Amino acid sequence: MAILVGKDTRLIVQGITGREGGFHTEQMIEYGTTVVGGVTPGKGGEWSHGVPVFDTVKEAVNATDANTSIIYVPARFAADAIMEAADSGIKLVICITEGIPVLDMVRVQSFLVHKKVRLIGPNCPGLTTPGEAKVGIMPGHIHKQGNVGLVSRSGTLTYEVVQALTDKDIGQSTAVGIGGDPIIGSTFIDILRLFESDPLTDQVVLIGEIGGTDEQKAARFIAEKMTKPVTAFIAGRTAPPGKRMGHAGAIIQGGEGTAAEKIKALEAVGVKVGQQPEEVADIVAGLI
Amino acid sequence: MKLHEYQSKRIFAEHGIPIPKGEVATSSDEAREIARKLGGPVVIKSQVLVGGRGKAGGVKVAKNVDEAEELADQILGMDIKGLTVDKVLIDEAADIREEIYLGVVIDRALQKPVVIASAEGGVEIEEVAKTNPEAIKRLPIDLPVGLMDYHARNLAYDLGLRRVFVNQFIRIVKGLYQSFIDTDASLAEINPLVIIEGEKLLAVDGKIVLDDSALYRHPELVELRDIQEETSSEREARLAGLSYVKLDGEIGCMVNGAGLAMATMDIVKYYGGAPANFLDIGGGAKSDKVAAALRIILSDSKVKGILFNIFGGITRCDEVARGILEALNAVPTDVPMVARLVGTNEEEGRQILAQANFPSASSLGEAAQKAVNLAKGA
Repeated sequence: MAILVGKDTRLIVQGITGREGGFHTEQMIEYGTTVVGGVTPGKGGEWSHGVPVFDTVKEAVNATDANTSIIYVPARFAADAIMEAADSGIKLVICITEGIPVLDMVRVQSFLVHKKVRLIGPNCPGLTTPGEAKVGIMPGHIHKQGNVGLVSRSGTLTYEVVQALTDKDIGQSTAVGIGGDPIIGSTFIDILRLFESDPLTDQVVLIGEIGGTDEQKAARFIAEKMTKPVTAFIAGRTAPPGKRMGHAGAIIQGGEGTAAEKIKALEAVGVKVGQQPEEVADIVAGLI
Repeated sequence: MKLHEYQSKRIFAEHGIPIPKGEVATSSDEAREIARKLGGPVVIKSQVLVGGRGKAGGVKVAKNVDEAEELADQILGMDIKGLTVDKVLIDEAADIREEIYLGVVIDRALQKPVVIASAEGGVEIEEVAKTNPEAIKRLPIDLPVGLMDYHARNLAYDLGLRRVFVNQFIRIVKGLYQSFIDTDASLAEINPLVIIEGEKLLAVDGKIVLDDSALYRHPELVELRDIQEETSSEREARLAGLSYVKLDGEIGCMVNGAGLAMATMDIVKYYGGAPANFLDIGGGAKSDKVAAALRIILSDSKVKGILFNIFGGITRCDEVARGILEALNAVPTDVPMVARLVGTNEEEGRQILAQANFPSASSLGEAAQKAVNLAKGA
């Protein structure tokens, strides 16, 4: 196991009987992830994709010893699902759902402060430790086992970079999508810290985008705490101010959150920033 | 979704915030009638969903009923940053002594709502942040606890308000915060909050921006949507479930995923082109969605070339390929195109396009270069 998920992961799927939840449960099992159960209120006692379904997360944890939960429920039920998982002894919660109201996430985050739980997402593709576990919606076949950690605010752009690395025969330790919303459970810094102390990770790729100042904060963290080299890609150099670019969090507001200022902050602390995904892979290859 | 000034101020008034007496007019006759009822000088304010109305001449003071009619006639139909004024708000004119800025937003780093206040009201808060950041006071609020009186009282004294205004100010800050929470806003702002004759505070201008993700629980607010907020193509995109932002370039882009869509735009620029749009068809898009996206891109007459970049995860490349061909049947065009499809069912997708002699590329860099060259040749 590199970081967060691996052979020790015992996963339950909240929303396992839904269309998305069902499809990806199949894919995760096929990849080799240990899925031990699912939760859909009102469907307890049924079986889905070869695993038992429970009415509540608490029941599922008691029966299966699950330590990780992944959430595919619709946006209006997602805040409830995250808090239920956190309150039921789950240590790692991954929320894929897009479109959760911002104030719901504010409420969730003020609740989680008092819990010993890590949230990844929402509005994220999940995470994959190649060869061990895939928890989320990343296409499994693009990955290759190796020593490069990836952390990203994006979904398909992450796949693009992973593919570019794999094409150059560069494997990944764990690829983590932290999500494109303005309020997320784990930030770049949280994940960088885990990669820094992970013996199976030699270097890190950070994929950011316009909006907010998380990349600038990550740059400060890299300067002060990281010994492992970091390569970055920042999307949205051509994005206009004041317009939301798909992700709820991808917006330049009041002149803050431009790609240029993020690139500048990262380069100032010695991070090389690629202009396109293939270039990121080239930089990483040069360092190895 | 943005609310108009008059809509925002009505919500503030429902939360106990004093606003000027006023009504909305769509004709100069109506404006005259409203001014007559109000008596005395009035302000005629264009209701358009862009900033800088005052500078554009869309806000005027009228001393009497005749002037109100005349000025409303001038402002109605006026073009402000591409938007036509079809409504004006006629407000009682206030005798302004001092101006304050008051707003509530979400602080992304603190993950909390934050009340922002400045004694330099009447100008954009971003401007104050640049010229005089010391003047801006920030008050983070713990959502489960809410905004307490002492928070607002501290803010009043921090701003240097005289004691006579403190209790009014507390009521207004609490009303604004509650408006923000009750409407699931991403911004609620009074700018300016003014001190008028008789030692009173009055919210003369207001703005609310709603969190689109929370609209499902506010049907009453959805009804306030003004179609002028969006261009017709942005509207079509929203109804089709696409995320679309129009830009000024000549290369139309259709991509799955927001981050990848931005990266695609950037790479177009890197190879000497300019993106015409941001367009994310989302995950798992079927052919009808692709067709809608293509229609929207083609409705922009500046587009000289189109680049499709699909990294199939949930999205299937064969579905996208079929969607492209279906759309081309429905909307024939001479605009050159290039597609790059990878991931789920990429072989099938490429075959479908190859049979139709549709140009394709294997890498994103190659696809972007081809699109830029095709557009230059056109």
